[in-house]
This record gives sequence, C-alpha cells and structure tokens, in this order.
Amino acid sequence: MTEATSAALEIKNLNKSFGAIPVARDIALALPRGARHALIGPNGAGKTTLVNLITGVLQPSAGQILLDGDDITSLPQAARTRRGIARTFQINQLFRGLTVLENVYLAVAERMRVAHRVWRPAGAERDVIDQALAQLEALRLADDALKIVRELPYGRQRLVEIAIALAQNPRVLLLDEPAAGVPSSESHLILDVIGALDPSIAILIIEHDMDVVFRFASRITVLVAGAVLTEGSPQQIRADARVRAVYLGEEFPHG
Amino acid sequence: MAASDAIAAAAPAPAARAQATAFLATRHRLRPWEALPWLLAIAAFFIFPDRMLFGSQVLVMVLFALSLDLILGFAGIVSLGHAAFFGLGAYTAALITLRLNWQEPISGLFAAAAVAAVAGAASGWLLLRYRGLTLLVLTLATTIMLQEVGNLMRDFTGGYDGLPGLTYTPLLGLFDYDLFGHTYYLYALAVLFVLFLVVRTIVHSPFGQTLAGIRENVARMHAVGSPVHLRLVTVYTISAAIAGVAGALFTQTNTYVTLGVFDFDNSAGVMVMLILGGAGRLYGAFVGAVIYMVLQDNLSKASPQYWQFAVGLMLVLTVLFARRGLLGLLQDAGRLLTSGRKP
Amino acid sequence: MQDIVISILFEGLAYAMILFIVSVGLSITMGLMGFVNLAHGAFAMGGGYLVLTAMNSWGVPFFPALLLTFLVVGAVSVVFERLFYARLYKATELEQVLLTIGLAYMAIATYTYFYGPRPQSIHVPEYLTGQLAVASRTFPTYRVFVIAVGAALIAVLWYGFERTNIGARIRAAVDNRRMAQSIGINVDRLFTLTFAVGSGLAALGGGLAIELFGLTPSFAVIYLVFFLLVVAVGGLGSLKGTLVAAILLGVADTGGKYLYAGAGGFIIYAVAMLILLIRPAGLYGRE
Repeated sequence: MTEATSAALEIKNLNKSFGAIPVARDIALALPRGARHALIGPNGAGKTTLVNLITGVLQPSAGQILLDGDDITSLPQAARTRRGIARTFQINQLFRGLTVLENVYLAVAERMRVAHRVWRPAGAERDVIDQALAQLEALRLADDALKIVRELPYGRQRLVEIAIALAQNPRVLLLDEPAAGVPSSESHLILDVIGALDPSIAILIIEHDMDVVFRFASRITVLVAGAVLTEGSPQQIRADARVRAVYLGEEFPHG
Repeated sequence: MAASDAIAAAAPAPAARAQATAFLATRHRLRPWEALPWLLAIAAFFIFPDRMLFGSQVLVMVLFALSLDLILGFAGIVSLGHAAFFGLGAYTAALITLRLNWQEPISGLFAAAAVAAVAGAASGWLLLRYRGLTLLVLTLATTIMLQEVGNLMRDFTGGYDGLPGLTYTPLLGLFDYDLFGHTYYLYALAVLFVLFLVVRTIVHSPFGQTLAGIRENVARMHAVGSPVHLRLVTVYTISAAIAGVAGALFTQTNTYVTLGVFDFDNSAGVMVMLILGGAGRLYGAFVGAVIYMVLQDNLSKASPQYWQFAVGLMLVLTVLFARRGLLGLLQDAGRLLTSGRKP
Repeated sequence: MQDIVISILFEGLAYAMILFIVSVGLSITMGLMGFVNLAHGAFAMGGGYLVLTAMNSWGVPFFPALLLTFLVVGAVSVVFERLFYARLYKATELEQVLLTIGLAYMAIATYTYFYGPRPQSIHVPEYLTGQLAVASRTFPTYRVFVIAVGAALIAVLWYGFERTNIGARIRAAVDNRRMAQSIGINVDRLFTLTFAVGSGLAALGGGLAIELFGLTPSFAVIYLVFFLLVVAVGGLGSLKGTLVAAILLGVADTGGKYLYAGAGGFIIYAVAMLILLIRPAGLYGRE
C-alpha cells in the first residue's frame, strides 16, 4: 500500500558499473508529484546514463527505483513505460520514415492497449487518431501531421519527440536536453511547451542552459562523475562554491 | 465524417485535422487498381492454358514471397533461413498424405500451417532476441540443421530422393486434377487470394503499424512501452504459417517433394524475388516472383550458369540502382511524371 | 580409443587452420566496418582456382602459386571494394547481404562456365604427400604442413596485430571507430588494407584446401556457412576469437563425422548455435 506522500519517482542508492568503470555511484533522488527538477553537471557526468537507468535501458548494479512506491528496478523498459514513465532522447529517436501523425499514433495506441489488434484497420481506431491529433495540436504540429518526419526541420522533429513522450500520458517525464540542437529561433516554442505541462506530472529535465534551468526548476541536482555532488533550490545551487568550481573548467554556461 | 470532425474540433486547424484523420481512416481501403494482379492472373488462365503447371508454381512462389514480406519488408527482420518453414510445410503435407493416407488437400494446408507456425513460434521466441550477423547465422544454421535432420531420417522422409507419387482427393470433392494443372492453378490462386487478404489486413492494422515502428526505430518502440519481442514473435509465427502453406501447395501441386526445399538457394531465391519487386509493398511479391520465375524458366533451360549469373546480376543491380525494387522505381517514375501537381 | 581421439584432434586442427586462414579476414573487416561480406567465400574459391590454373596450366610450382594467389586476389579485391562495397558502408545490413550474395552468385556462375562444375585437383610437391612418422604413429604429411602454415600465419598475424603500429590502429578502430577517426586514424584506408590482406588470406586458404577438399565453384557458398559460423562464434574483429572458434568448430565437425557417421554434419551447427544463443556477440565479441 503506497502512502499518499510517496514520491512519484524515487531512486535509492543507484549504482552502475561497466566492468571496472563506475558510471553511477550511490545516486539518490526523489521526485514528488508535480516536481520540476533539473539535473545538471559537466559533460560525461552520467546524466543520460541516469535516465537510461531510470527508464530501464540499463540495469543497475545495485540500488532501487520506485515508481509511486512500487519497486520497478527489475522491470524491462517497456513495462516501466506502461506504468507511466516517458522520456525524450538527447538525440531524437523518431520513426523517421513515417508521418508525424503515425509517430504519435504509435505512442497513443500502445498506451491505450490497442496496438496489438490485427483485424481492424489502423484507421478504425478513431479514439487513437483523435488523441494523437489533439497532442499534435497542443504542440502546434497539426499542420505537419502528414509530413514524413525526416523531411521536417530539426526543431520541429524535436517537438515530435516531445509529442511522443506526452502522448503516453506519463506520471513521470524525463526530458534529456529537450532544446539541444534546436536553433534559438525555435527553442522558445519547446520551452513554452515544457512550461505549460500538466502540473501533476513529475518532470526531470537534463539541461545545460542555466537560464532554462533557473526559469523552470524548483529543485536542482548536480551530478559529477556519476555521483550527486549536491541538491537544492536554485538559489542554493547558484550560491554553492563547489558547483561553481566544477564548472570552472568549462565556462559556467549561460543561455 | 470529415465535416463533423471539422465542426467538433476546437478551432485550431480543423482542416488539417480532418485531412489527417481521412488519411489514416481510408488508407486501408481497397483501391481499384488492386484488382489488376488478380485479373491478370485469371487472364493468364485463359491465355496460357498449357502453362498452368508452371503457373501454379509461380503462384506458390508469390505466396512464399508474400510471407517473407511480412517479416522482412514490414518488420525489418533479416533472415537467411525462411525456407525452413516452406520446407516444414512441404514435408508435413507430404508425410500426412503418404503415412496417414490424408488425401484431402485443403485440410493438409491447415496441418502444414500449424506445424510451420509452431516451428516459427519456437524459433522466433529463441532467435528474435538477436539481430545482425548473429540472427543471420542462426536462421541459416536452423534451416541447414532441419535439412540434415531430414536426411538423417531419410527412411521416413525419403532423403534427397524425396517422396514421389503423392495423390489427393478431388478439391472440395468436386474438382479433379488434370495433367495440365488447371485445377492446381485455380486452387493455388484461391489460396493466395485468401491469404493475401489476411496479410493485407494485418499490415493495415494497428499491429501492422507497430511492425513499421519496430522496423524504423526499435529503441523508440521500447520507450513507448511496446512489447517488441512479443510482436516480432507473433509476426514471425504468422509468416512461418503462410510460408508453410506455400510449401504444402508446392508439394500438392507437384505431388512430389525433396529435401531441396530447404536449400539456401530457396531462401536466397525468395529474397531476390521480394527485393526485385520491392519489399514492404505487398505487391512487390507478385511482381518479383513472376519476373523471377519467368526468367528462371527461360534462362535455366539455356544453361543453369546463365540463370545463376542473372540472379546475381539482378541482385547487384537492384541494390545499387533500385533499392526499393521495381515497384519503387515505378513509384518514382510516377512521381516524376506528376511532379507538376501537388500530391 | 586414444588413437581415434588423436586422429580427431589432428584432423580437426588441420581443418581449423583452413577455417582460420580464410575466416580471419572476414572477422577483422566485419569488426572494423560492420560490413557483411557474403562474397568472402568467393574470394577463397577464386583463389583456389588461380592456384589450380597456375599449377596445372602455367607450370607454376606450389609455393609460388600460393604466394601468387595471395597477392593477386588481394589486389583484385581492392577493385571490388572500391567499386561496390565502398558505396554500401552506410547501407542497411540487408543491402550488404544482397549485394555480396549477388556478387558470389555471379562469381560461381562465371567459374562454373569456365572450369565446369566437377571437382578438380592439383599435384602438391612429392615431399608433402604421404605420411610423416611422429612419436608412435603416422600422420598425413599434408595435414601437418597445413597446421604448420597455419601456426606460422597465426604468429605473423599476432605480431602484426599486437606489436605494430598498424595493428594498434586496427584494434583501435575495431574497438571504437568514431573515436579512432577523431584522433586522426584514416579508417577507410585501414579498411581497404585489411580487406586486401583478408581477401588474400582467403585465397591462400582456398589454395591450401584443394588438396584436402577438392575444388568446385559452389564451394563459395557451401563453405561460406562455416566461415560465417567461425566469425560469429569467435566474435567480430577478434584474432583470438577467430582462432578459438575455428579450432572449436573444426574439431567438433571432425569429431562428429568420425563418431556419428550419418549425423555428424549436424554437430558443427548445433555447437555454433548453442554458443551463439548463450553469447550472441561470440566468444570474444564485444557488447
């Protein structure tokens, strides 16, 4: 029985090594419902690895991952997704040869548990189509619905990536550098979308752009060399000398 | 339909929404030109009445290629051993007739499909966790092992000499078999038609859509919660069953079968047919199989070396210049011709 | 009993040497570029026919003929690589499979046209025939020769791989192509070199094998399966893996044929499949 106050996502003592190389060391993190939590750190700190561990792309060497109090550590990736975890990838992972609509249709169909149906045409699943289109409209992608993904500009492809994640109606959403590679003329749309996300979703966002981080996050975790350096509010992190030291080697990223 | 969607939709781009819905909603509908291959097949019956034995074999290969299209063209599974299921179906049909005196042909098809399906499910469950060279080698090895087992049990299977002299009761109790293969041809055509509808339905279903997703980006499919392995094993099983029916048809229309049905040349040949016509297009199997079989019939009479060289050449040219097969070329040509107008 | 075991090991080892010599090039090039080359068997077959023609029609002695085939086929393979393969490095696995099968079929048809389908043979030097007395028993001299050649090549390859600059670069590129390129290693040129040496070795293996197995054009596809098994079981890009797999499969196949006359051919596939199901990347493969 889960307590009402259990976090949407909780990570305890998460460890992962590739042979002798540790990539995640004793990581602890808690995302309450509606969290707006940022994960920052220098390149190679293991941020994407952590997301891969949470979503099940990688299996941890030790530790626990709890979703609404349920232990999902041993579940495969697809099972975790079905329980409500969605993610975007740092580099788009889209169905490039299919249309935008079909991309989101797949996510919706899986969520609604109708994707296995063999005897009805895909077009007969009106609910799926409607929800997919609604998702596209929310991200201003409706006009591109019938365009093949690989023919879209990168910024709009990034929006499709987010649309797929949102189409899963997740309880926990992991965004891996959502605006990365997007020209600044288009990134505002992505940031608006993130800012307008359902307040009940727990969101973990990996970002390098500090303006985005401070604008968006109510809590920040700093990851260095696979371990948590510190965690706190934006003010605390901004004032933390250790964090500044870590970024001294790279210039402290601005927007 | 489109109109009520437009009214019900909340203002932003109702036209786009209607258009998109219409696209998905009508994509599966039968188009008029889809009657063409069947009309041509029936026409062939009247135009080439003395080539109907050959015609039956062509139809058998179309069905075999169609089964491969399901896994290769739609799901993206690269297998070098699809002849395994063809062979299992062929031998099931032969052995039940010979050993169990089971001479009703249509139920023989079902038996063959069942055996091949079981084999497909078992081997798929085991092998489809792997990709790349590993999968290629495993599928190849499986088929060779089946052939070796067949040879080991040659008292039972007839080995490479095969099982000749199979006889069948008249089709549906009404149509007997003549020396010219008229009944065989129409029988094969009917079976092909039914199974084609099955494949077409699967391909246009939500399940078929997930196959496209797996083919395009399997990492993404895992990340949207799709049980990828289960989907792959399912389509592999269905494909195996259909290949099994093709094999059974082969046995029944030849009244003869040998272990040669498991040959690598068979797996490679059906792949050539599919690629030649265009994979992932359903009708590529028709185009490719017909051209391949006709060429084979003409060239290998002249010399088996000419034929083998031609197959190799076709493969090389297709890969280099026509990656999406002849239907792909046709589609490109069609686009070129209509490039003035917007699609 | 002990006699049979020794015979199996010995003959298995000789067979393994042939498998190794032909397959090592395939393993390294596949590990390097991920390119599925199913025409590799055709290079072995073609190499064999060059030895055959050199010896039977041009009067070239055995050893020079082997050297000739290594050099010529190695050089010719570069032409194929530049002409066909290079276009498909970024292509799908399926396209690579189809192209190379197509090339293999064309090769088989061509060779059958010129040489006919019946098995042919050569006359190796007198001193390589007959039996050699070792310890308390005799062994076929030619097989001893093959094992010796194999051992020598293994030593040369190992040295080249582990101790030279080029070897280091190849190993780096196999390990992580992108990283190797970013530190200035010209992977494309490395690949062409590796491909040439690998194809040359395949030809050499084909020439060595004539005395043991005869030669027909269809060997290009029939034996291809075994080369693929060795490469898959050993692990792509691994010298050690290819050797271990070759020995494992060579001895298993020989043992199977000795001990279970009818069913023996089965064993090599069963063993290979078992290993692959447990270790899909091969014994020494990565990831």
